[in-house]
Amino acid sequence: MSTATIDVHEAPAGSHVNYLNAKYGVKSWLLTTDHKRIALLYLVSITLMFFVGGFFAVLMRLHLIEPQGALVQPETYNKLFTMHGVIMVFFFLVPSIPATLGNFLVPMMIGARDLAFPRLNLLSWYIYVIGACFTLYAVISGGVDTGWTFYTPYSSSFSHTSVIPTALGVFITGFSSILTGLNFVVTIHKMRAPGLTWFRLPLFIWAIYATSIIFILGTPVIAITLFLLGLERLLHIGIFDPAIGGDPILFQHLFWFYSHPAVYIMILPGMGVMSELVTCFSRKKIFGYSFVAFSSLSIAIISFLVWGHHMFVTGQSIYAGLIFSVLSFMVAIPSAVKVFNWTATLYKGSISYDAPMLYALGFIGLFTMGGLTGLFLASLATDVHLNGTYFIVAHFHYIMVGGAVMAYLGGIHFWWPKITGRLYPDGWARFAALVIFVGFNLTFFPQFMLGYLGMPRRFAVYPAEFQVLNVMSSAGASILGIGYLIPLIYLTWSMRYGPAAGPNPWGAKGLEWTTPSPPPTENFEEIPVVTEDAYDYAHSTVTRG
Amino acid sequence: MTVHSAHPPGFAHQFEDMQQQREAGSLGMWVFLLTEIMFFGGLFAGYIIYRALYLPAFEIGSHLLEVQFGALNTAVLILSSLTMALAIHSAQVGKRRAQVWFLITTMILGAAFLAIKFTFEWHHDYVEHLVPGFGFIIRPEWGAAGQHVPMFFCFYFFMTGLHAIHMIIGIGLLTVLTVMAHRGRFAPEYYAPLEVSGLYWHFVDIIWIFLFPLLYLIGGRYIGGGH
Amino acid sequence: MSDHVVPVKLYIGIFVALLCLTALTTGVAYIDLGAFNTVAALAIAVVKMLLVVLFFMHVKYSGRLIQVFILAGVLFLAILVTFTLADELTRHWSPTPTGWGMIVPLLSRFF
Repeated sequence: MSTATIDVHEAPAGSHVNYLNAKYGVKSWLLTTDHKRIALLYLVSITLMFFVGGFFAVLMRLHLIEPQGALVQPETYNKLFTMHGVIMVFFFLVPSIPATLGNFLVPMMIGARDLAFPRLNLLSWYIYVIGACFTLYAVISGGVDTGWTFYTPYSSSFSHTSVIPTALGVFITGFSSILTGLNFVVTIHKMRAPGLTWFRLPLFIWAIYATSIIFILGTPVIAITLFLLGLERLLHIGIFDPAIGGDPILFQHLFWFYSHPAVYIMILPGMGVMSELVTCFSRKKIFGYSFVAFSSLSIAIISFLVWGHHMFVTGQSIYAGLIFSVLSFMVAIPSAVKVFNWTATLYKGSISYDAPMLYALGFIGLFTMGGLTGLFLASLATDVHLNGTYFIVAHFHYIMVGGAVMAYLGGIHFWWPKITGRLYPDGWARFAALVIFVGFNLTFFPQFMLGYLGMPRRFAVYPAEFQVLNVMSSAGASILGIGYLIPLIYLTWSMRYGPAAGPNPWGAKGLEWTTPSPPPTENFEEIPVVTEDAYDYAHSTVTRG
Repeated sequence: MTVHSAHPPGFAHQFEDMQQQREAGSLGMWVFLLTEIMFFGGLFAGYIIYRALYLPAFEIGSHLLEVQFGALNTAVLILSSLTMALAIHSAQVGKRRAQVWFLITTMILGAAFLAIKFTFEWHHDYVEHLVPGFGFIIRPEWGAAGQHVPMFFCFYFFMTGLHAIHMIIGIGLLTVLTVMAHRGRFAPEYYAPLEVSGLYWHFVDIIWIFLFPLLYLIGGRYIGGGH
Repeated sequence: MSDHVVPVKLYIGIFVALLCLTALTTGVAYIDLGAFNTVAALAIAVVKMLLVVLFFMHVKYSGRLIQVFILAGVLFLAILVTFTLADELTRHWSPTPTGWGMIVPLLSRFF
């Protein structure tokens, strides 16, 4: 039999004993081993880093209103785009969905009481925080100007900025990812509830599993690479040093061996969220479950074969370029499979336009645009012209922001009632989603045009004829910024004043929705036995409320 | 419902039973070792590439290392892997004192490895001006390949250094385990921390099994010179 | 992970084998085999690794899952090395095709 659920419809919010009120006090939070509390610790840290990284973006867009730069000196501008990139990539996007939604949901979705290694999970969070502190120290001690890509020999020999603290911060935080990935892999292999075979798992779990594979295989390589960079800076000699025969391109190979799969770390969990949202808000099972499941694994594996497409014009041989170009076209296929399957799921579904669904629909369009523009960049001949321009900037922001951040927000909104036991104001949520969508497109679509017209990236100044598009982009950025602030306000508000949420406000399928909102510390009184496939909405008796 | 009094010591309650806990612990250590393969792997990758590009310089560098210490250290580590395996075996058959002695022996062998490396090899290389960044001198008899010889030594020190760091961590782990074993914490029903730490120790041994030929035996040492 | 208790004699046998292989690899290095020296050294190292992995680390008595993970590590390391070498070793190849590669520009003259 399934779990015993508590009917909380009539009771005041959180009146039953749950993971939030089980224990009080700072120590009970800082020394917790409950995956749900750790997820919230991450949520707070990641949100903080998001706004720090966003602050740098605001400064950049303000600066770029004028062709000769409106705000800062070029040296400072170099620091702005570097810090924006380092913080957003390593301290926001990489951990975002896995560390918050993943930590909260993985045990619940598979019917377990916690992850395999709860204390390791807490250690992961502390490692993240320590790494973030090093990087924030670098920010306040003058910043870094190497670009988030730390290319040698500038980063190893010539930059006079805080490279080592920044690299150390990223190095340390990398171990947080590694341990989280390890925890997820072992948990998913060993702790699934009885009856929960691999092909009955929610696709979010498949996505997190694929992401964890990348965490495990890729992150150690950037760890050793940054370690070597730090050593070279300290010793004034090292393996990237041309004086002893070192090849700066080797740094790029080692760096991108992780950093390309890293971009799939940033999008795969969002794709997992998408499968959950699209099925729930079309009240239909996913079209082609096994295709979506295998496409997650394929993306994880093929992502390790394409890194050289970041190096077409930096000195890599043409022949290696050819190989990487062909493979880069291949990696687009599983992503396209997913988009087709989500769209087919929507077809003839019973669609409702709640805030999570608005984010999901936005994702489908924007991710597709970002993904397709990736193909222009995978093609050697066009990449020669587009590399180093705003086309690239627009391409990856369409995927990272139009895709990953939208999926993250959609997931936060979807599971918020479960996590907090509260409902947020629906009207504001939908309004914010629309503001974000409009602001996003106004910010980044002009950047495709700017890149195509030849405006280079990472430059503090630009030719005057590009000003109109730049001003449009900056205007969009201000709208986007407001759009991000709105959920911060109403979600925080809802934690205190929002109406109580029932166990399953969306009428969704999934083991996490069979528990009270918020769930008790041990998740399930009795471990459930699973007998049905995922997303079995056709035979579902579950309704909203 | 699980009956908690029936669970042996060391049982963690997120699991359903000891079997699941053991399997999870073992899988967890193997996944961690996989990350270590990739961590060292970055260095191995760099080594392979530069050796392909600068083989003569790597041969010169390799010949400057002392094979006898490398071979001795290899034997020391292999012996330590044996004693580690025997420590676990002792726990499996319930011999508490044997556990402790084998663990201590493993630690002593690990320390011996480090002593040989740091005093006979590294210190010697420092005195001979073969440490990049610390007064490296390119010798004229190396000829045209001389400017790339520091590259070999960069890899030598980085790889053996990273390996040594892992040995030190291993010895730390063993210290904790020895104390636990002395207190009788391990028995045939529960020796997972030993098994899992054994995996780590053997892995560090395997890294050295590859480092020895790759660093010390490049280009052969046959009489008549290398090719 | 297994509850399989490996007999002490087997452990000692593996240990002796490992020592012999170490002596072998050191000895072979003093014989001129040309490029085969490297092959021999690596082959012996792989055999030693397999002995440690299968017997000391009990993988011979473990399930398939762990074997898959080990293979994955080796595979992805091989990918890193191979693709990077594909770049490093072809850097100075002539950009003008010769031999069979001349077919492409030749054909493009006619079409």
